[in-house]
Amino acid sequence: MAEPSTAAPPAAWTYDPRPRRPDWGLYAPTLKLASMGHPIRQAPLPAEAVIPLGHARGSARPLVSPGDHVLTGQPVGSDAAAAVHASITGTVVAVEPRPVPGQAAMPCVVLRRTDPEHFWPDLAAADPARLAPEEIAAHIAAGGIVGLGGALFPTAVKLQPGRAIRALVINGAECEPWISCDEMLLRERAASVIRGTRIMMRALGTQRAVIAVEADMPEARVALADRLQAEADDHIGIAVVTAKYPAGGERQLIELLTGEQVPSGGLPRDIGYVCQNAGTAAAVADLFDTGRPLISRIVTVTGGAISAPGNFEARIGTPLADLVAAAGGYSVTAQRLLMGGPMMGIALADASLPVTRATNCLVAAAAGELAPPQPELPCIRCGECVQVCPARLLPNELLGALVRGDAAALAELGLADCIECGSCDYVCPSAIALTPRFAAARAAATSGTGR
Amino acid sequence: MTQPAAPAPHWHGAGSVPAMMRQVLYALLPAAAAHVFFYGPGLLVNALVATLAALATEALALRWRGQPQRLFLSDGSAVVTAVLLAFCLPPLTPWWVTVTGAVFAVGVAKHLYGGLGLNIFNPAMAGFALLLLCFPAELTAWPPPRIGDLDYRTLSIGQTLFYVFSGRLLDGLVLDAVTRATPLELAKTGLAQMHTMSEIRSNPVFGDFGGAGWEWVGNFVTLGGGWLLYRGIIRWQIPAATLAGILLPALLFWLADPETHPSPLFQLWTGGTLLAAFFIATDPVSSPVTSRGQVIYGLGCGLLTFVIRAWGSFPDGVAFAVLLMNAAVPVIDRYTRPHIYGR
Ligand code: SF4
Ligand code: SF4
Repeated sequence: MAEPSTAAPPAAWTYDPRPRRPDWGLYAPTLKLASMGHPIRQAPLPAEAVIPLGHARGSARPLVSPGDHVLTGQPVGSDAAAAVHASITGTVVAVEPRPVPGQAAMPCVVLRRTDPEHFWPDLAAADPARLAPEEIAAHIAAGGIVGLGGALFPTAVKLQPGRAIRALVINGAECEPWISCDEMLLRERAASVIRGTRIMMRALGTQRAVIAVEADMPEARVALADRLQAEADDHIGIAVVTAKYPAGGERQLIELLTGEQVPSGGLPRDIGYVCQNAGTAAAVADLFDTGRPLISRIVTVTGGAISAPGNFEARIGTPLADLVAAAGGYSVTAQRLLMGGPMMGIALADASLPVTRATNCLVAAAAGELAPPQPELPCIRCGECVQVCPARLLPNELLGALVRGDAAALAELGLADCIECGSCDYVCPSAIALTPRFAAARAAATSGTGR
Repeated sequence: MTQPAAPAPHWHGAGSVPAMMRQVLYALLPAAAAHVFFYGPGLLVNALVATLAALATEALALRWRGQPQRLFLSDGSAVVTAVLLAFCLPPLTPWWVTVTGAVFAVGVAKHLYGGLGLNIFNPAMAGFALLLLCFPAELTAWPPPRIGDLDYRTLSIGQTLFYVFSGRLLDGLVLDAVTRATPLELAKTGLAQMHTMSEIRSNPVFGDFGGAGWEWVGNFVTLGGGWLLYRGIIRWQIPAATLAGILLPALLFWLADPETHPSPLFQLWTGGTLLAAFFIATDPVSSPVTSRGQVIYGLGCGLLTFVIRAWGSFPDGVAFAVLLMNAAVPVIDRYTRPHIYGR
């Protein structure tokens, strides 16, 4: 692994109207505008909330049992990395495994709402300036904050002191072409994002941060720039990156911003960067400003089958069907439901599943909006997949090695470096399901070696 | 909710193999029209014969190999192979020559290697090369182009069909009276006999730069190639490198002595140069997958074409150049692998 560089990060991150266009990636048709006609709306409180206890590093230990009455913001699960809080006021009706998007069963606390809503009295604002870096991280862990980009990685773990950090990267570049929740957040709550960024900079002990937005988000960039100028803060920069998918992938973003690559199998930290989602930064700001833990998030509700697409601030555990109703219900029959976007999202059987901390988007696609699966033809070696792969792999050769079952070739060709972005599938004229095969092989390899 | 279990990604770009093949055929239409205008309906007859033979071979091969016939017969690749082969043949080609080429292209060069996507050699060029080696005499029947003050006599579709299927000409015509040597042949034999390029170029089959009439076919081939570039069916690397590969050495030799070397523009507007650059070397299956590899491959195709034209025993070298570079593709691919992110 490369020695961490201690040199200063690349010079000023200033506005560049023509960001570098990488030779990987693709321009997928974007549907973002559809969901950006309204400001962020509050979704109604759900009658019942199913609150998952799990995150990327394990699962919280439940603190409540059926019959208990809990207040909004009260801890219901304890975990050193990311606690879990009641998102509504109500009665615990069950503590049991429930299906959540992408997982057949995850331990959940199920609450039935009682009115009126009361907030947990122990919630209090905190002044980050009076806290030591470790105390900030501990406060964020107790606030239940995890990466809101979708990975559910506990934010406090990423803020642990360790290697010197050259810069904090705030990812406001939406990865998927249909999702607008980060862009809307940056437009409306730029100040929160900036405050949260400062708090995390303090936790990391770094003097520099950059907030990355995509070239097709001018309003978000202007909102940030105005705010930073008003606050005369020159420690936080704004960078505009290409709107090519997947510029918002963590590794791709760091390369676009710094020209450096995260080592294979390593973390951005290994080269002196920490990357956090813009929504996470806003959640950190809320936690310190008001004491409010992570009990809600912004969800884009979009797709051709939705009457009035938009962005909603929804309490964790709200059934997705409630969000559909809040967005005016279905205008036509929904052919497919996805959590996340069309490139990396998870197909859902129905809308009864809850909003989790990872739910950035719900797509209800009308007939014909998402391509029906085509019959696979053999690979014609066109190289399209090679041109778009952001990890610079040879998906066509990976496919060949998979078919042959050649583990050595798979390792050499970099199966472990595939980010499962789906770009290769998108362009393949032979309609070969490359990414699902790579994902399955990666999962098998990981479980096989116990990594 | 129709497919809850389908894994990501959930959508797909517009590209598909049949759509690509269709675009290639559309892109050949202007050149085909020019071809028919200047050389009579022979191209259409050859293309039809080749297509029928290619599809029949494809159907039989799929059947023997137990592959789904509907899926593969409709992918369009056999038709493209057949039409490209027809573009290489003279307008007056006996049917059995065309059929031999098409059957070899699809049956041997494609299916013996495993069918779509697995062939090493460009099927159309493999078929054409076989014909060049086995039936050189049958591949010379080019009528003079219908342009300028050439003494041309365009054969009707009936006369063409009769010749293709019987090997004889109607109305008391003889083959020598209706055909002419091509500019590339004239250049080759003329230079071998120590004539200068200016002497050779006084023959009326020469046009402004290359062959009279043929220049226009080349222009329309380029137009079709531009369409494929615009539609993203082909990438610029292979055409640009192929043309550079032939033009640069041609320029050097021509600058050294313009009387004993054809000009670079002559190289461009004769024979299969433009067709190879835009339609043949760009065959995805038999060319490299990386951008760098495609540049190396194109340069090789162009350079070898130049070498074979200048010093080989065939007037044109496109087919052999492409086949030789096809053989080099696995090596090119191996040594032009991109640098994996983070390694
Ligand atoms: S899914 Fe993997 S192989 Fe395919 S383009 Fe993305 S990173 Fe490359
Ligand atoms: S895009 Fe599909 S057909 Fe083209 S090289 Fe990649 S896997 Fe093969």
